Amino acid sequence: MADEALFLLLHNEMVTGVYKSADQGEVENGRCITKLENMGFRVGQGLIERFTKDTARFKDELDIMKFICKDFWTTIFKKQIDNLRTNHQGIYVLQDNKFRLLTQMSAGKQYLDHAPKYLAFTCGLIRGGLSNLGIKSIVTAEVSAMPACKFQVMIQKI
Amino acid sequence: MAVCIAVIAKENYPLYIRSIPAEQELKFHYTVHTSLDVVDEKVSAMGKALVDQRELYLGLLYPTEDYKVSLLSRLGIPCVKSMFPNQLHRYGYVTNSKVKFVMVVDSSNTALRDNEIRSMFRKLHNSYTDVMCNPFYNPGDRIHSRAFDNMVTSMMVQVC
Repeated sequence: MADEALFLLLHNEMVTGVYKSADQGEVENGRCITKLENMGFRVGQGLIERFTKDTARFKDELDIMKFICKDFWTTIFKKQIDNLRTNHQGIYVLQDNKFRLLTQMSAGKQYLDHAPKYLAFTCGLIRGGLSNLGIKSIVTAEVSAMPACKFQVMIQKI
Repeated sequence: MAVCIAVIAKENYPLYIRSIPAEQELKFHYTVHTSLDVVDEKVSAMGKALVDQRELYLGLLYPTEDYKVSLLSRLGIPCVKSMFPNQLHRYGYVTNSKVKFVMVVDSSNTALRDNEIRSMFRKLHNSYTDVMCNPFYNPGDRIHSRAFDNMVTSMMVQVC
């Protein structure tokens, strides 16, 4: 990733753009989040292919989650996930205390209700990456105080 | 020296399969299909046996009469050299995204070394990654990319 400011600004514009086009067309707010998430999904698939080209094969699910927390996050956001928790039954919580895409926005509770829009793409990114590695999952995000946020990954056993 | 190159998706259907000469295409389709079982076996065996050696390259699959499909894993399992002339070796490679590459190689002319096969698989993996990042490509579709075709042609022609 050449310059993080580039991706940051592009991402912000993307969110604004999707919402603007939604204003003219559909009224559903949820659809915008889905669109952003699907964009992230496809990008995540491609990214994972590139990043895992030279890495060794993954042992198990936990190994994959650790890879996402360390290498994947470092390459995209230049830092690692601060905390990974699991209940060993398919639920993982990734906590990032200073999420790059939110640091520019606020440092507390201001603009909290707009935060989910900016997290949708990253949720899709995680979901796409996991899906390409063979794991079906549902990824949600929550923010209590910016710029810290938590991504919850629920692995679906087929 | 590749006579057949196949890219198989994680659901085990072919994304791309090409072989020369064209009239033996069906035979190659069958051999690639049968080698998938061996690939699966190797992948699951590696998980139990050796956790450290997590290589993507699987090596020669198993020996048969006219084709040699051997999986030489990095663990140093000796591969049986067949005495039949005009033997075809099959090599396997599985990526982290569970996409399998199978290559059938004619070793009658020169004995291809392991390193050359590995470098061919590396090129294949690089081209596949490029195809994956192409926005006009939906993951799961057949690969129609011309760049990929050209790369595969270069691998097949140089051998013959």
